[in-house]
Amino acid sequence: MLNKMNAVNHYDAIVVGAGPAGLTAGIYLSRARYKTLIIDEGVAGGQMVLTHEIANYPGVESISGYQLSNIMKKQAKSFGCDIKTNVSVSGLDLNGEVKELVLKEGSVYSANAIILTPGGRSRTLGVTGEDSLKGRGISYCATCDGDFFTDKEIIVVGGGNSALEEAVSLTKYASKVTIIHQFDHFQAFEYAVEESKSNNKINFIMESTITAFYGNENLESVDIKNLVSGEIRNFKTDGAFIFIGYVPNTEFLKGKIELNKWGEIMVKSDMSTNIEGVYAAGDSTAKRFRQITTAVGDGTIAALATSGYLNELNIKQKQNSLA
Amino acid sequence: MSAADLNKAISENENVMVICGRMGPMCIPVYGIAEELEDDYKHVKFYDMEFDNPESYIIRNLPEVRGFMGIPFTVYYKGGKVVKATSSIQTKEQVKAILNKEFSAVVNA
Repeated sequence: MLNKMNAVNHYDAIVVGAGPAGLTAGIYLSRARYKTLIIDEGVAGGQMVLTHEIANYPGVESISGYQLSNIMKKQAKSFGCDIKTNVSVSGLDLNGEVKELVLKEGSVYSANAIILTPGGRSRTLGVTGEDSLKGRGISYCATCDGDFFTDKEIIVVGGGNSALEEAVSLTKYASKVTIIHQFDHFQAFEYAVEESKSNNKINFIMESTITAFYGNENLESVDIKNLVSGEIRNFKTDGAFIFIGYVPNTEFLKGKIELNKWGEIMVKSDMSTNIEGVYAAGDSTAKRFRQITTAVGDGTIAALATSGYLNELNIKQKQNSLA
Repeated sequence: MSAADLNKAISENENVMVICGRMGPMCIPVYGIAEELEDDYKHVKFYDMEFDNPESYIIRNLPEVRGFMGIPFTVYYKGGKVVKATSSIQTKEQVKAILNKEFSAVVNA
């Protein structure tokens, strides 16, 4: 594909994604004196940056996602890890002993091992009006935009922990919050369900989904479809907060590595993928629980497995050069 | 940055981008993008302003941001006049597209 192993841009390992999994892998690999590069199409921290307060990260009583991201980033840099943010991958060759990666702006990087930690992003509904009314009544962050909806009537879409917790937090501002969920039950933990059900500002519309957003300058109404009867009705609202989970950022890996039907990267217990020298960790992998702590654990395992692989590769290359 | 600082900045500079937000999840990525683009867009002055500072009325009261309900409010000034404003998080590509269109100049970004 490209001129492999350009001396300037060659690394022992390249980590694709600077969320908690990627930064952890970078910390471990750099500390083990492997020349490591982390790249990310956004800012360092990934989805972790979106968390206003983290209160369950062991050893830290309370910290913002932004602060924790910065600490991890500094820690990785302190061990010599290179970090490039806001860059997109336009080409990827994972086969062979030397892997290659091309960035959208044209630079080419190579490495003996790759760790894929691209993470995920908020799932959107993908319905009419969603794009054009983003920031004009449609939001994906309650802590950021909640106060714009003081004394207004809003909807929250989703039925997981984020949706129910954020719905409760939005009652600090909104006069009425209607939760719209596609199932007849919630996936959230019981405490979150109880808290939302006991809040008298919160109403529920179950087994329903949004099919369109309407508004000129701002969101004015939505179409709600009852998934049992198929009936669609228009519902007036001042705002919509959408918390319907995440999708893995793995579009660029399609056809290059084994993914499951949801686009998640298939990994073994040592975080290795179906391609030798390619590992994966964090929210983009096929797994049940997606937490900062699990991403950190995955990143650690991936880095240690990568270290072992690089060590073996080094021995093999030395033996080949002597033969 | 105060309202007076902003008025001074837009009167002294042809191309100005101001990000008015908080240190939150939707704003931090936009601050990060601006920081990275500064070197490539030397003909543009980049500033930020605290959304919760009363001085931000100078941004919040602009007719161009009427209806905005998502931070940050990002405002682009050319020759002292607002030429573009966006609400909520933006990607680097979206910001570059605006900078290239509104503040056209040869860049290697």
